[in-house]
Amino acid sequence: MTQSSCDALHFFRGGGMMEVCGSSTVSLREFGCEQSLLSRPDGSASFTQGDTSVLAGVYGPAEVKVSKEIYDRATLEVLVQPKVGLPSVRERLQEQCVRETCEASLLLSLHPRSSLTLILQVLHDDGSLLSCFLNAACMALMDAGLPMSCLFCAVTCAIDTDGQITTDPTAAQEKESRALMTFAIDSTERKVLMSSTKGSFSVSELQQCIAVSQKASEKIFQFYRDSVRRRYSKIL
Amino acid sequence: MKDTPLANCERDFLLKAFEEKKRLDGRQTYDYRKIKITFGTDYGCCFVDLGKTRVMAQVSCELVAPKDNRPNEGILFFNIELSPMASPVFEQGRQSELSVKLNRQLERCLRNSKCIDTESLCVVSGEKVWQIRVDVHTLNHDGNLMDAASIAAITALCHFRRPDVAIQGDDVTVYGPEERDPIPLSIYHMPISVSFSFFQQGTYLLVDPCEREERVMDGLLMIAMNKHREICSIQSSGGIMLLRDQVMRCSKIASVKVSEITDLISKALENDKKARKAGSKCGFAESIPQERITALKMEGTPVDVEGVTERASYVVQKAGTPPQTVPSPVVPLPGVGQVGEGIHSTWGMEEEEEENNISGDEEDKVIQMEVDKEDSKRGDVVEISDSEEEEVVILNPETPDKTPKSKPPSSHQKVAAKTKKKQKK
Repeated sequence: MTQSSCDALHFFRGGGMMEVCGSSTVSLREFGCEQSLLSRPDGSASFTQGDTSVLAGVYGPAEVKVSKEIYDRATLEVLVQPKVGLPSVRERLQEQCVRETCEASLLLSLHPRSSLTLILQVLHDDGSLLSCFLNAACMALMDAGLPMSCLFCAVTCAIDTDGQITTDPTAAQEKESRALMTFAIDSTERKVLMSSTKGSFSVSELQQCIAVSQKASEKIFQFYRDSVRRRYSKIL
Repeated sequence: MKDTPLANCERDFLLKAFEEKKRLDGRQTYDYRKIKITFGTDYGCCFVDLGKTRVMAQVSCELVAPKDNRPNEGILFFNIELSPMASPVFEQGRQSELSVKLNRQLERCLRNSKCIDTESLCVVSGEKVWQIRVDVHTLNHDGNLMDAASIAAITALCHFRRPDVAIQGDDVTVYGPEERDPIPLSIYHMPISVSFSFFQQGTYLLVDPCEREERVMDGLLMIAMNKHREICSIQSSGGIMLLRDQVMRCSKIASVKVSEITDLISKALENDKKARKAGSKCGFAESIPQERITALKMEGTPVDVEGVTERASYVVQKAGTPPQTVPSPVVPLPGVGQVGEGIHSTWGMEEEEEENNISGDEEDKVIQMEVDKEDSKRGDVVEISDSEEEEVVILNPETPDKTPKSKPPSSHQKVAAKTKKKQKK
């Protein structure tokens, strides 16, 4: 960021306006993925974003418990396993976010009266955990070969006290941020499938974050494409 | 979800193969599968791959009050989480027989063998000690979870560093990792569990059974031993009779296996220490193999944000202005808020009807007039103490005619309300 843009920012702040200024920090950390690394689940993937890493496993379509059976579509169950201790309310919330996103993209009506189980295990949390969950989930669902109407990816944006947007923040950046937003974006129309926000922000900031996430999602979808191509081309 | 059953022909095939000293994966009788130990980014995080079986152990610590009968000893807590990821048979949050068995065996292997100096975990005698918690998560179940869990747990404990603590007089200061280097636990020895499976009433013996082999086995013997050839725990399950020399033979095999595994663990710890000292990246992200077609890695990329601001402002403009809010909401009294504009409240209409039924319309009017009079006499805040309810403060709005529901109940209404309550009961 140049000095002049900094000055401009202070000017705006002085004028009582919330304005997002030049975004030189908008970048994604290095990310990696490995698919079908576990032998037992029908589909599995590990996804890492910087130091944050998540392992996902999918079972299904399989037999469903009678109490959970839905007559016209498959029952999707998402379980989030924390690294230390037992799952609590926070994990329940994350489970719900992931489940609703997956339900939106999976073609569940093709497997009525069956169960799909998606298990997400935290391996290391260094910020943007929810987006990592979602990306790992999508890769695992792809690996399991489940029919989906579209793929999805997730991007976390943090707005710090200066109004600067950071995508894919680390845990330290998350702590210093004023607002934190995670968006799940679909691959066909780049529309928002799920949003989860924390902190205060203006309408224009929200729209900016969505626009940034849509731009960043291009990179992630390209990564998905590359990894699938590499897998089926059978060339390293 | 139910497990897929093992067919009789599969069972017969496996047993026939054992008679011919052959195993499905081509191992010899006393061979372990390939063991791979990797570490996570933070201290006390360890992954163990035993063939296809995969577990993760994470050690964490916390300052707690000690147990009354042991005021100057730290607390060790073990938890093996049979995650549904490992096998569809495992259910979330349910203590199965297997999980109790594994937890008990791990406790006996690591806590009861006194391999960790718990007295060094004491901070203030009788008040504060460190509780060391070991969480073992199963990620993939392909047999012999116990050995994998015990290797992961002891390696994670060796790898773990707890924050440094300083005591000056009565003040206890816990230093973060930036201020002072965290200190490792003092570990006397490393007990490692080795599993033996028996087939055909103990005629055949195999080391490190895989999942298929576990399904057809008759009995299991788990020996926890350290490299000084001291047995820390021994457990036989499945209800088979073992002869003395069978147990002796198993313990001899175990001692060989344990010394091999201990060397492997020390080597892994050494490598990790070197890597951390050199400041190079370590952890799970680095351990993704690059030579597989199923894995791909991408360097950090900048995101092109051109046109983002324009797009955002376009969307905001297109969305139009939000509906006008009431410029000055009616505030009957300072410190009182109101939603909507004095329209007749439809909340609790049924209740009101009920009240009307009891008291009658005419009476209601009378009450209202009475209320009005009373209100003018009394202050703005009316406090009524109901014997059954908690204290209720009702604030009196300026226009009681418009919102009859918010008027303070008079003594008549109170009676009505009470009769209503009785009716509900």
